[in-house]
Amino acid sequence: MQHGEALVELSNVSMVYGQGANAVKAVDNLTLTVHKGEFIAVVGPSGCGKSSMMKLISGLMPVASGSLKLEGKPIAGPINKVGMAFQASNLLPWRTAVDNVLLPLEIVQPHRSQMRSKRAEYRDKARALLESVGLKGFTEKFPWQLSGGMQQRTSICRALIHEPEILMLDEPFGALDAFTREELWCMMRDLHAQKQITAMLVTHDLREAVFLCDTVYVMSDRPGKIVKVQKVDLPRPRDLDVTYTAHFQELVQELRSYIGRH
Amino acid sequence: MQKFKETILAPTLFVVALILLWEIIVRLFGIAPTILPSPLDIWNALAQYWGPLVSNSWQTLFTTLAGFGLAIVFGLLLGVFIGWSKTIYGALYPVMIGFNAVPKVAVVPILILWFGIGTVPAILTAFLISFFPIVVNVATGIATTEPELRDVLRALGASKLDIMRKVGIPRSMPYFFGSLKVAITLAFVGSVVSETVGSNAGLGKLMLDAQAAFKVELVFAALVALAVLGIVLYAMTAWVEKRMTGWAFRGENQGF
Ligand SMILES: Nc1ncnc2c1ncn2[C@@H]1O[C@H](COP(=O)(O)OP(=O)(O)OP(=O)(O)O)[C@@H](O)[C@H]1O
Ligand SMILES: [Mg+2]
Repeated sequence: MQHGEALVELSNVSMVYGQGANAVKAVDNLTLTVHKGEFIAVVGPSGCGKSSMMKLISGLMPVASGSLKLEGKPIAGPINKVGMAFQASNLLPWRTAVDNVLLPLEIVQPHRSQMRSKRAEYRDKARALLESVGLKGFTEKFPWQLSGGMQQRTSICRALIHEPEILMLDEPFGALDAFTREELWCMMRDLHAQKQITAMLVTHDLREAVFLCDTVYVMSDRPGKIVKVQKVDLPRPRDLDVTYTAHFQELVQELRSYIGRH
Repeated sequence: MQKFKETILAPTLFVVALILLWEIIVRLFGIAPTILPSPLDIWNALAQYWGPLVSNSWQTLFTTLAGFGLAIVFGLLLGVFIGWSKTIYGALYPVMIGFNAVPKVAVVPILILWFGIGTVPAILTAFLISFFPIVVNVATGIATTEPELRDVLRALGASKLDIMRKVGIPRSMPYFFGSLKVAITLAFVGSVVSETVGSNAGLGKLMLDAQAAFKVELVFAALVALAVLGIVLYAMTAWVEKRMTGWAFRGENQGF
């Protein structure tokens, strides 16, 4: 799979929580590059620093050492070029699905100042996005009127509405049942194909990583560093059936052998 | 139909039965009206003293609502302020707890010393006693904003004020409205207590005077007025809560 230029570049990055005696090194010597249009996965044992890496790239935490660049420029602080979704959908219960999706536009410029004049246009855009992930007829519902899968779809739409350079997903399907999860894999696959987004997925599910991604990075125990880079050469578009092929299983097993090994 | 039985019929029957039982016991044992007046005596007292009861109820209602209003304004402001940052929360919380630990009745004499006998100490007592739950609830609502949601917004470049406006304050509203029921009850207690300690009007003062004059049936009539007022105030805030924070109840009544 051929991808565009480098979008996110981490080289020898380390990151620390707290100071002095209480300092916890969350990631260490982390080097990886995400290219435009690429879908990567980061897997690794619990507590190894995957979420921390997301915080670095979204500018929420500073690097302790090393360099971290987005489109060639160092990241120093939040840069509304990322969209994030987590295991909990974190939708605002007092807003309908479409109004939840609109939230980022109320924050990010230039949309923020145009919110008043372009409200209708933005709503149409949000509605179209929700419909593209199969939520037609549910756009005006409140979160508690939606199933877990639907809430997660809405949360992902919220992460995409401001057209970020990179979509960051931190175990987004972790709380869903197996069938819903596979449905959302397909939704994610289609979104990636249609919109040519760049995405970074943190997951504990190796099958999910292999099915969705172009490259899978395996991290070591804390402080996390990359111990394995696995290219996934399965041709796209991928059908769910691909998960039953021998090659798919091989890839999963290969990855499994690197988890928790030092 | 089932609902009517549960929420209207059953309580009404119970209250009627209670009153009847009271009447019967007083008559059966010949209890003196100066010890425990019968419901009929109280009813007569209500009719006889209707004028003073009503005017003093207005006074108590006024001091309660004035104190409650102050508590809402300052409670919201202080709650948002405390919820704003962990540092402020840490700095103010112990002081708040200490303040709340002081029985407010003990403050009434000081207030009377400062402001003289009258309306002001009653309003201030109502305010002091009722603003604490509002502060704590609002601050809790804000402080419990999910960290991931904060991250989602901060990554978009949202300022602290943005997060407060879009998430913190709206999400603290159910906590705020929930605290109003407690706060109004406390405000009511506060004004009556203050009226009993030192005032020249209000139901508390009326009861004090009636007691001094051995008009026991009037004491009880004033109690009835207090109960009615208390229920009305509580019902009003409960209604407001339900109206303002429908989303927090997640359509719990949709079962049937
Ligand atoms: N706010 C924080 N303050 C101090 N230490 C933290 C903080 N957040 C995370 N850590 C520590 O940093 C390490 C990495 O945490 P992180 O959340 O990145 O792990 P993770 O790989 O996402 O784990 P999981 O798979 O369980 O989500 C952990 O050891 C954790 O204890
Ligand atoms: Mg994590």
